[in-house]
Amino acid sequence: MPGARVIERNRTVAGGIRRRVLEHTLKNDGGYLSQACSSAEILATLYGGVMNLAPVPTPLMPSPFAGVPSAHNPQYRIGNAFNGPHQRVSDRFILSPTHYSLILYAALIETGRMDEGSLLEFNKDGSSLEMIGAEHSPGMEVMTGSLGQGLSQGIGMAFGRRLKQEPGKTWLLMSDGEFQIGMVWEAFQFMSHYGMDTIGVYVDVNRQQCDGAMRSVMRIDPLADKLAAFGAEVVSVDGHDLEALYEAGLTPHAGKPLVVLCETDPCRGVPELRNLAGKLHYVRIKNDAERQRYEAILATFGPAVE
Amino acid sequence: MDIHSQAHARNLKKFGAEHPEVLVLTADLSESCETGYFRDTFRDRFITCGVSEQNMMSIAGGLAREGFIPFVHTFGVFIYRRALDQIAMSIAYPNLPVKMFAFLPGIMTPGGATHQAIDDVAVMRALPNMTVLDVGDVTEIESVLDLACAIDGPVYIRMLRGEVPRLFPADEPMRLDTPRVLSAGTDVVVVTSSICTEEALRATAALRAKGVSVGHVHVSTLKPFTLSKIADVLGAAKHGIVTMENHTVVGGLGAIVGEQMTDVGLRRRLVKLGLQDTFAHGASRRYLAREYRIDAIALVEEVEGLMGTRFGITEGDLAKVRIEAIHSSSKAEAL
Repeated sequence: MPGARVIERNRTVAGGIRRRVLEHTLKNDGGYLSQACSSAEILATLYGGVMNLAPVPTPLMPSPFAGVPSAHNPQYRIGNAFNGPHQRVSDRFILSPTHYSLILYAALIETGRMDEGSLLEFNKDGSSLEMIGAEHSPGMEVMTGSLGQGLSQGIGMAFGRRLKQEPGKTWLLMSDGEFQIGMVWEAFQFMSHYGMDTIGVYVDVNRQQCDGAMRSVMRIDPLADKLAAFGAEVVSVDGHDLEALYEAGLTPHAGKPLVVLCETDPCRGVPELRNLAGKLHYVRIKNDAERQRYEAILATFGPAVE
Repeated sequence: MDIHSQAHARNLKKFGAEHPEVLVLTADLSESCETGYFRDTFRDRFITCGVSEQNMMSIAGGLAREGFIPFVHTFGVFIYRRALDQIAMSIAYPNLPVKMFAFLPGIMTPGGATHQAIDDVAVMRALPNMTVLDVGDVTEIESVLDLACAIDGPVYIRMLRGEVPRLFPADEPMRLDTPRVLSAGTDVVVVTSSICTEEALRATAALRAKGVSVGHVHVSTLKPFTLSKIADVLGAAKHGIVTMENHTVVGGLGAIVGEQMTDVGLRRRLVKLGLQDTFAHGASRRYLAREYRIDAIALVEEVEGLMGTRFGITEGDLAKVRIEAIHSSSKAEAL
């Protein structure tokens, strides 16, 4: 059970994530703001105690983009340094929907793993802090973003670590839209067959996708029942309840993977988003009046850091 | 001719004993891909994935990140057609050492269009970081595992199974980007890969008996491919060059040779034998090879066409040709 201090710290982290993403949405006239509103508490919880990551001594400053991986590019590095060095006992983190990258960058800053000045490079040409990040981006370890592939890559890592008898787990953040994808169910089938219990998945159930509300595009309900039928230990929580999010991550799941379904509100903390009539995937600031309303909301989050 | 059976099955087990980091992954085609001996010997390193190739490919990428060398085994079509995005993003982009064993290249199966990998070379060689190999005999089957594991990155291997002839001496292993110059000639040079090399050996022997000076190059690395290594051999062919491949002529061996001929400024006629931008169907290998003109008599006809002569070679003449293992020249440029 997490102490009150941990929960309060995670609350501060979640607030900081929301604030930083709103700041950059204003700065860039748009961004993946609703995803920050829905997942801020989830990221804060994962980095705030659920994941066992080795610490980084001082907040790291990301390097510029160093080229794509190849046998001829010795400069290439994945972004795992921000999650601490790989150890036998340490966990791994995979961000599956990489349009959440800014949320991850903000979480790394708020938890002291990345230098806050690094966000000046966000979405700049030649930076590794890409808008839709890749495995070289801070906090990223595998090539995700082609939706659905993160889980199976995580299974491969977890299976390999099981063969090496390493105790560390693999944690993922997935979006609920990914459960429309066939290979995700292939992955759960595999985990069930092999009794894989070193994988934990937090799902941002915000019920939104690129084309709009999932109920109007492709329903996935009853998700919890489907996952249970595929052999997962499933826990459903209020995705903004920091205590419930933390406790869910401690759920025993011997012989099966853990899935935490986080019921979230994509407008949480930024009520202006409710005026977008369900067009929440990528928020554009269209005019000055709208900008002023978002700025007024930002002011309620406390002082800007940059 | 020296015929061997289950060469990969035996070699895979032997290789597995020497390389504990090798894991074998299969998608419900274990026996069809000759993994049975490995499975029965190394149970905990044999991962059955069921019929779920997309999941299998991304898992292979994850395993490779933890220091293992996944050997993925299934039919070629199910690798590059079913799971191309997974190969591209979970394996090729990060340049991970996943080795894909693609069985039933081209027209090797009566299973028809669903089972015949006719465009895999074109698709896979377009992927950055990918190496594409195409074995032609037992010697290459026996040496391809060492070669594939020496490559820093993913490798797609067009594999042969069952009864396969030995065309090249056992002590001349397959080498990366090193075409085998089997003979030199000044009239025509033929360039072949996969099962087409055995067919071409019948044709070249019959042509030589009629006084034709015919060169022959066997290619087992389709990417990387460095044509300058055989430019002298090709340039000697005064009437032209014929390629023959177990694949569509779009994007395969013939296209690769043609692309690089222009790169080096080699001006020769180029005739490309292979599937002529068509799917095939379910029938025997011999029947399909005749139907789609991927056989010795088709090669003879194309050489006759380039030279503007008829040699009166019959299919009976070709069937009588005796094929022995042939040494390639170790110094291609010196020919």
